[in-house]
Parts: sequence; C-alpha cells; structure tokens
Amino acid sequence: MKLLKLVPDNTNINFLRWRVPFYVISLLLMAASVGLVLTKGLNLGVDFVGGQMIRVTFVQSAEAPVAVLRETVGNLGYGEPIIQQFGKPNEVSIRMKLPEGSDDDPGLANTMSNKIIAAVKAGHPDVRIDGNDTVSGKVSGELFKTGMQALIAAVIAISIYIWVRFEWQFGVGALFALLHDVTLTLGLFALTQMEFDLNIVAALLTLIGYSLNDTIVVYDRIRENMKKYRRMPMPELLNLSVNETLSRTIVTSLSVLITLLALLLLGPNVIFGFTAAITLGIFVGTYSSVYMAAPILIWLKVNAASFVPTESELDRQEKLAREGGA
Amino acid sequence: MLDFPRWKRIWLWFITLAACAAALPSLFAVSGLPWPSLLPNPQINLGLDLAGGSHILLEANPTQVTRQRLESMEENVRQRLRQAEPRIEVGEISTKDGALTFMVANPAQVDATREALLPLTTGAGLTGQRDWNIQVVDTSRFVLTPTKEGIDLAISQAMDTATEVVRKRIDALGTREPTIIRQGPQRIVVQVPGLKDPQALKNLLGKTAKLEFKLVDQTASPTDIASGIAPPGSEIVPYADPANSGGVSALAVRRLGGIKGDSLTNAIQTNDQQTNEAVVSIQFDQQGGAKFAKLTTENVNKPFAIILDGKVLSAPNINEPILGGQAQISGSFTVESANELAISLRSGALPVDLKVVEERTVGPDLGADSIRKGAIAFMVGTIALMAFMLITYGRFGVYTCTALILNTLMILGIMAVANTTLTLPGIAGFVLTIGAAVDANVLINERIREERARGRRVVQAVEVGYKEASRAIFDANITNVIAAVLMFLFGSGPIRGFAIVLMIGIVTSVFTAVTLTRMWVSGWLRKARPTDLVM
Repeated sequence: MKLLKLVPDNTNINFLRWRVPFYVISLLLMAASVGLVLTKGLNLGVDFVGGQMIRVTFVQSAEAPVAVLRETVGNLGYGEPIIQQFGKPNEVSIRMKLPEGSDDDPGLANTMSNKIIAAVKAGHPDVRIDGNDTVSGKVSGELFKTGMQALIAAVIAISIYIWVRFEWQFGVGALFALLHDVTLTLGLFALTQMEFDLNIVAALLTLIGYSLNDTIVVYDRIRENMKKYRRMPMPELLNLSVNETLSRTIVTSLSVLITLLALLLLGPNVIFGFTAAITLGIFVGTYSSVYMAAPILIWLKVNAASFVPTESELDRQEKLAREGGA
Repeated sequence: MLDFPRWKRIWLWFITLAACAAALPSLFAVSGLPWPSLLPNPQINLGLDLAGGSHILLEANPTQVTRQRLESMEENVRQRLRQAEPRIEVGEISTKDGALTFMVANPAQVDATREALLPLTTGAGLTGQRDWNIQVVDTSRFVLTPTKEGIDLAISQAMDTATEVVRKRIDALGTREPTIIRQGPQRIVVQVPGLKDPQALKNLLGKTAKLEFKLVDQTASPTDIASGIAPPGSEIVPYADPANSGGVSALAVRRLGGIKGDSLTNAIQTNDQQTNEAVVSIQFDQQGGAKFAKLTTENVNKPFAIILDGKVLSAPNINEPILGGQAQISGSFTVESANELAISLRSGALPVDLKVVEERTVGPDLGADSIRKGAIAFMVGTIALMAFMLITYGRFGVYTCTALILNTLMILGIMAVANTTLTLPGIAGFVLTIGAAVDANVLINERIREERARGRRVVQAVEVGYKEASRAIFDANITNVIAAVLMFLFGSGPIRGFAIVLMIGIVTSVFTAVTLTRMWVSGWLRKARPTDLVM
C-alpha cells in the first residue's frame, strides 16, 4: 500500500531567505493589532464588563422578532440591548451591559436580568429561556483580573522554562513568538468585534500551548543540529532544521485542524468563538514558530559554543530524554 | 529502549485496562444501558452547562452585621448599667461612626461603669480575644469601638448561619442535590442542577426575612415623618407598599422594646377568614409567645407595625391581648409571595443581606443540545483524524489510532474515578488533548521515517526515533502542564473545567502515545523481524 506523504523527502525550501520581509509584515500586523485594540477596543462580554446575557428560543415562531425585542428591552431604561442570532433563526441572545457608574449596587445586573426576562415573557408567551448569565461589576472586574493573571503568568512561566532548558536567546524567541500570536488574535477580535469572554481567555491559553509546541519542536531540532554541525552558518542551519521538521509540522497542524473543524462545524454553538480563536491560532502559531521564533536566534547571536556538550551535560540530557519517554 | 520484560508488559496493560474499565459505567449511563448494580459505579459528573441548572454567587453586605452588633451592644449596655448596684445613670447613647458613645452622669462612677461593661467586651470566642475596646475621654465620656477581630468573627459567624439558612430555603423548594459552599469571607456559591424556574429560587435567596414587631410612635407629627425626622428613641420606617397604607409613605416606630421574628416555630401561608386575602400565619415559640403576649397586653388599642426587612408591611391596631402565641401577617400578598415569605420565615432570617452578584443558568434543552453536538463533533473529528493517520503511517497509524481510543477511555475513566466534573470547555479540552496526543505520535513516526531515510536499520531507526522524539515531546508537554496548572490556579469556572481535562489528558496521552505504542512496536519488531518499514 502506498502511504500518503505530504512533504517529499529531502525537501529544501529556503524559508529563512524571506525572514526580513516576513518580520516587517509581522511587526506591522502586530502594530496594527495593537492600534485596533486601542482604537476600536475589544467587544468585552458580560464576563468582563458586567451585565447580563440571556439566550432565548421562540418555540412557535420560525424567526425571532428582533425589532420588537429591541424596543421592548430598550424601553426598560438600561440602554440599547445587543441582540444576536445564534444557531437557528428563532434563537437569539440578548445582551445588556451594566449602565455606566453602577458600581454601588452589586445586585443591579441581576435585577436588570429579572426585568428583561419578565418583559420578554410578557410580550411573547412562546419564549423559552435557555440560558442566563448575569455578572455584577465587581465580579466581572475580578474575572478580568484573574483571566489576565493566568495569561501573563503562563507566558512568563513558559518562557522561563524554555530559557532553563535551552538558552536565553531561545527563551526570548519563544516569548516573542507568543506575544506575536496573542497580539494578532486580539487584533482579530478587535477587528471582527467578536465577543471576548472568559472562554476566549481559555482559548488564548490553549493557543499559547500549541504555538509553543511547534516552537519547541523546531528549537529542539535547532539545538540538535547545532551540536551536529558546528561550523554551519546559522541561517543555513535554521533552514535545515525547519525543513527537517516540516513534515511533522504539517501533519500535526492538519490533525489538529481536522478535530477543530469538526468542533467548529458540528459542535455546540456556545463554544463557537472559542474554537474559532483556536483555529486561527493554529495558523498563526505554526507561522510564528517558523518565521518569528527561528530567525530571532540569528539576530540574538545564538552561540554554538553554548551547546558544545560536556560529559556531564550529555549524561544529564540523556537522563531527561529517558524520563520524557518513560 | 525497546526492551519490555513480561512483568512490565503485564503492568502496563493492567494500568491501561483498569483506567479504561472505569469509564464503562459512564458510557453505559449515556447510552441508556443498565449497569450491573453489584459492580462499583463511578460516574463522570456533568457540569451545569451540560446538564442544565443554575450557578448563583451570593455576596453578603457586612454593614448589616456591624449595625446589628452595635444595636445589640447598645441594649446590653443599657441593661448592664440598669442592673448595676448602685444604678448607673448615663446620657443619650449615640451609635454614630460605628462606635457607642455616652456620658456617665456621675463622674465618680466611671470605674464602676468600666467594671460593669468589661464582661461585654470579650466575645463568645473561646480564644479570649477582645471584641470591643473601651476608651474614656474627657473624664466621663465612654467610647466603645468594635475591634477588627471582633467584626471579622461576627461576619464569619453570620456567614455560617446564612449558609445554613440558604440550605434550608433551597431544601424547602424540593430541588435535588443542591451544592451550597461558602467561598471566601463574604460569598456563598449555590449550584442547583435542573431547575425549572430559577426566578423562584432567586426571590427566596434575596429575601433577608428579618421580621420585627415594633410599637408605632404616635407622638410623631406627619410633617416630621415626611421630612425624615424621628422623635428621640424612635426611627422612621418606610412602607413596603404605600398603596396599602392609605397614602402614608412612612411611619415612626419605637426603636427598642419590639419583638424580633427569630423566635418562630412555624410559618405557613393561609387565607384570612374574613377577607379571604392571602396571609402568613406564624407561631411563636414559648419565650417569644410570652413576650408577644406581654407587648399586646400592655398596648391594647395602640397600633403596632409589622416590619419585614426594614419596610412596614402593615400597622394594625391591637384590639385585644394576643395570648396564644399565634399571629397573622397581612400585607397585600399573592398566594405565591405569601408562600415565599412563609418559607423564608420558617428557615429563619438571614443574618446578612445577600445579593446575587453572578448567575449562570443553562436550560436543560440547551445543555442536552450541547452534549449531543459535542459528542457528534468529537466522533466525527476522531474518525477523520484516525483515517488521516492510517493513510499517512500505515501500520504505525494503527498503533496511533489504538493509542487514541485507549487515551480517550483512560481520560474518561480517570475523570470518573477522581469524581471530576465535565463541562463544555472540558469537551473542547478533550478534543485538543486528542490533537496533542497525535502530535506525539507524529513526532515519533516522522523521526523514524527520517532515520530510515538516513540509512539506519529498522530496529535502530525505531530506537533512535523514539529516543530523539521523546525530548521534544517531554518539553512540549511540560509547557502544557505549566499552562494547565496556571489556568487551574488563576482561572475561574469555565477555564478550570478546561484545565482539569487538559492535565489528565497530558498524562494519559504521553502514556498511551509514547509508552504503549513503543511496547506494541517492540513486540511487532521482535516477532516479525521486518527488514523494511512501510511508512
């Protein structure tokens, strides 16, 4: 039986030749993302700004009466609701952020939600409340803080680990690649104004894990080749390493994409934003481990001498590798 | 590297099959098959987002606790000084700025006063900590300030009581398996699965149900009441429903000497025999009944106010002494609201005001839909992935797929035994773990291909492939563990559910994708002794 081989043997694409233009493009994209987040802002969900979101189904109608709902809920005096279809045309979510300066009353989000539900039920007897999220201003502040703490702590802890396991230049490279991935994803969320909630923070953390997976595989090969070919110039060595791991990169990315696509197309609507963020992250992460994480090593002047293994170093690495495999 | 003695093989298979077996009861339950009752039955809990239900976070407002402590301290101080021998006369007691302040009329009694009050300042705590500080300023002015330890202890005790009250109220609704946990110093988490109407629950939890009977101060003029000025020793209390009081919006009542509603033995919703209006009938305990009898006997033909949570429900006239310890509360109730009040009164008053600061409710239909779609997506994704592995790696793809299936079962089994909860983000974590597990196999298989292309013999290529790939797999998984642990430590709700699956998944995926496949490959190499690899 002939097996599928996506990348032919002895592939040798000169990836690193385009490192400067790609770096320029990436830096521009990162700057644009930061600009977008600062100017347009993220469409923060109720998790982070406080407020309420209910999901309702109009059991007996083919389509939800969005215009009527907008008026009913808008008339309650809390401001304009955000009404979005999710899933079928008769399923909508009604989102209402806390009015400005409402920190004094911790129960306001809940009162608001109760009134909205009562108003919607009164006008539409066939409505079914499928879900209700209400978050007070204080709790949302805490959720935002803990979410960001988790994100920052993860990025820093992982970079330190890489620094310890490799060399400081690799730690910086990994950190930069991670910043690149997170920034671009945030930029996309600012651009599309997709809702940014707690689930998306989990998605960002996953994306970091994945992107790093790729970076580590490439770095591991670079380290190996640096020991093997002491005299090879860095750009050539990086190219060789990226090409050698290319087949793995593509097969793995495809495998993950297969499962994610299934989740995106067939999975629950509730986690659509989550899977969309990770799917995007797979592309960005794969790209960044080749074009962001590797070339930076040239500029940071990774010293081949630091990988000349001493006897004890060899023993230690053998031991670690054995533990990893056991 | 490829050496697997018999004991090791048996041991590995034992671990694998034991973990997989633990998943069976959950799988039986999902597909509706009966599980033999004689066997242990570990189950994976479904989170509220999948099973449907309400998660409600309640936060206490501690000012009520401090105010109440101040009030009872004031009463205690009065009583002490009255009972002192000789009696100690003091001026007006003020409760401003969270402290009790009063002047002793006769400066010679300052020491006696301090002596009399000292027992009040050490709390019920066994540690002997001081709950109040006594200061004497300007020779005869006493200032009693509560200590921080005292306040903290009082709040903590109030929260314990509140948690009990919340539990009683939820039990009264007849819901199944509610979870009620205190969280931090001032919060209570309530999780109730499969609730039809969370509104009733929230109404019940939001009600403090502090019932008081106080005498109406008839000396207060209506204009004073309207502008909020109370005669000395009285306070202004607003009506809950002004329509019920003939246009009066508030009432002046005597601050002290009333009866609290915490001495009830029962409260039920009934209908008034004359008006047929929904009312709540209450029954005092013996002590409360005696107090109530005394109050009504001494104040016949005067009005007294029934106050609930700081609002006057009604202020009926005392027509005759009420001696049986039974009373009726009216206040333009509906049957539902009267019933809610009855439940609240039966379960006792909340010692602190609780507000709903976070609610997550998922209807049972949405939850069921999520489970179904999640399961379908998982199946389709896994099958497509396995097909991809088979056409890419042939025999090694078979090993990868077997490892994948065992990995899935092991995660489910460990989750069931560890009694963890599967949430919606958890399902996503599941799918991603599968992706990571595949990556380990891809790394190994690609490396073996590479080593073969470099001209190594089969056994050597496999050996080097596993050894070299393991290093990157190890590093990659450690970083994932770091991310998962941090998610678990810092994250809340959905992030945690995701992190749990990820942590279990990392361990099982390294075990199945690296250790188990290596055992299978080595077994095959030993038996078949191939000279070439098709991959």
